[in-house]
Amino acid sequence: MHDETWMLIEVGALLFGLSLLGRLAIKYGQSPIPLYMTAGLVFGSGGLLPLHASTDFLSSGAELGVVLLLVMLGLEYSPTELVGNLKSSARAGIWDGLLNAVPGAVFALILGWGPIAALVMAGVTWVSSSGVIAKVLRDLGRLGNRETPIVLSVLVLEDLAMAFYLPILSAVVIGASLLEGAITVAIAVGSVTIVLYLAVRHGKKLSRIFHPEQPETLLLGVLGLTMLVAGLASQVQVSAAVGAFLVGIALSGQVAHNAEKLLAPLRDLFAAIFFVFFGLTTNPADIPEVFIPALILAAITMSTKVMTGYLAARKAGIGRPGRWRTGVALMPRGEFTVIIAGLAVSAGVQPLIAPLAATYMLITVISGPVLARITDTAWFKQRMKAAAKREGALVGSSK
Amino acid sequence: MGVRIEKIDLPGFGVRHDVVTQDGQHIGVLSFRDGHREVALYDPEDPDAILGSVSLTGDEASALSDLLGHAALLSQLSDLGNGTIGLFTEQLVLPSDSRFLDRPLGDTQARTKTGVSIVAILRGNDVIPSPTPAEVLRMDDLIVAVGTREGLDKLDKLLAHSQV
Repeated sequence: MHDETWMLIEVGALLFGLSLLGRLAIKYGQSPIPLYMTAGLVFGSGGLLPLHASTDFLSSGAELGVVLLLVMLGLEYSPTELVGNLKSSARAGIWDGLLNAVPGAVFALILGWGPIAALVMAGVTWVSSSGVIAKVLRDLGRLGNRETPIVLSVLVLEDLAMAFYLPILSAVVIGASLLEGAITVAIAVGSVTIVLYLAVRHGKKLSRIFHPEQPETLLLGVLGLTMLVAGLASQVQVSAAVGAFLVGIALSGQVAHNAEKLLAPLRDLFAAIFFVFFGLTTNPADIPEVFIPALILAAITMSTKVMTGYLAARKAGIGRPGRWRTGVALMPRGEFTVIIAGLAVSAGVQPLIAPLAATYMLITVISGPVLARITDTAWFKQRMKAAAKREGALVGSSK
Repeated sequence: MGVRIEKIDLPGFGVRHDVVTQDGQHIGVLSFRDGHREVALYDPEDPDAILGSVSLTGDEASALSDLLGHAALLSQLSDLGNGTIGLFTEQLVLPSDSRFLDRPLGDTQARTKTGVSIVAILRGNDVIPSPTPAEVLRMDDLIVAVGTREGLDKLDKLLAHSQV
């Protein structure tokens, strides 16, 4: 049989299998992402049933998956939301960065992986998963809660921070000399700033290229422009993901709204392939070695996320139960953890980063949404009441 | 007397408007970008958490707002005519055998004959504020009128005039 035929068979069987796994996950109220990645581990090199003919397709698909994930993220936010959040929650964003990126970096240094791996691991532990968290908030009926805008603004700031972090990371991992590296970073950061400024100021003009009421031309146009910009961005070391994110931000109004609807099914398909592919490139034989470190890292950085949320919510005047809810909601890591680890692995930074990041992400994605329900339990509510009473007694006695 | 409404962005989802009522209660109105709406009430024990929410389609939301809008209009009118200056507001149902049924408002000559002002007509879910004399009266119309006690009584009789 031809390779193309095998490709159809392998990809078809894979997607069909993913759909069954996804149904299973959704039935138990879980995100399907961990199962997608596990499927990748099973079919990858060193796995039970290695795939052959479809790896090229899956590799391109995974690249497209990153681009689509990021352009959708950009489309979801309007430029005014971004700027507004930057002004109102900058401090929460800085706490978030310090509390969650530093443990990852320190961890890499302790393992003796060197400074570049430390920069990678900082990103791996820093960013929460907007996709998973948005779903958790919806499932738990917390969208109307007063702490929810704080959760969302932390996520927005992280995504925005990635627009600067990823170019810096891609410049550093290609191992340029100090001067070359500095120049690349300056170009990257400069172009991101300029594009972001233009997107916020003149995004409407860009949107006018497209006709919002013609689904076919809109789909081709937006997808084409996104891939084009992503490719060009990647060419100048700004990283394809960031290019796609910026296109998403720049589009606004009806064009953005309709493009979001059209691209959503594509995103679902290629994002699934992206997670599978990361599983494929990770050798499951490496996992036992990194499992305990990943567990420790997850425990530490999930606690620091809770702390981030708690502090940010306290600053915004949210009551004690709401502060905990903010914290527990932020725990799951996701797409960025995998994107960052993937970037590092393809540049050959430290081969163990892939299994570590995969295990770490699986632990947080599986346990995060479950732990987020703690704040809805009678036990938690009882404790909050008791704490409030103690505080009341303290205030009373000090009179 | 303004109403306190706060607008809060929910990046990726839409916006939430927070209405603070006079007795300090909060009502959250969530407007999602796909057009659906939710109205949420907050837990008195934990004011940051919603107690529950009602999901509304676009049509349901606008029907609800019409209902509340009627109430607002009527309460404004009754503020105006609370009797202290001798003015009263009344809602009169157009009798089904009235001779003014399906005839323009001007034909009643209500203003000339009774001195009463007809300030609005409520028809099903619609409000017709400040109707013109050309507005045709329909079956089941509620006529909102402002005037003296005497004038309103006269108008009531006038509208009740059956077709001869």
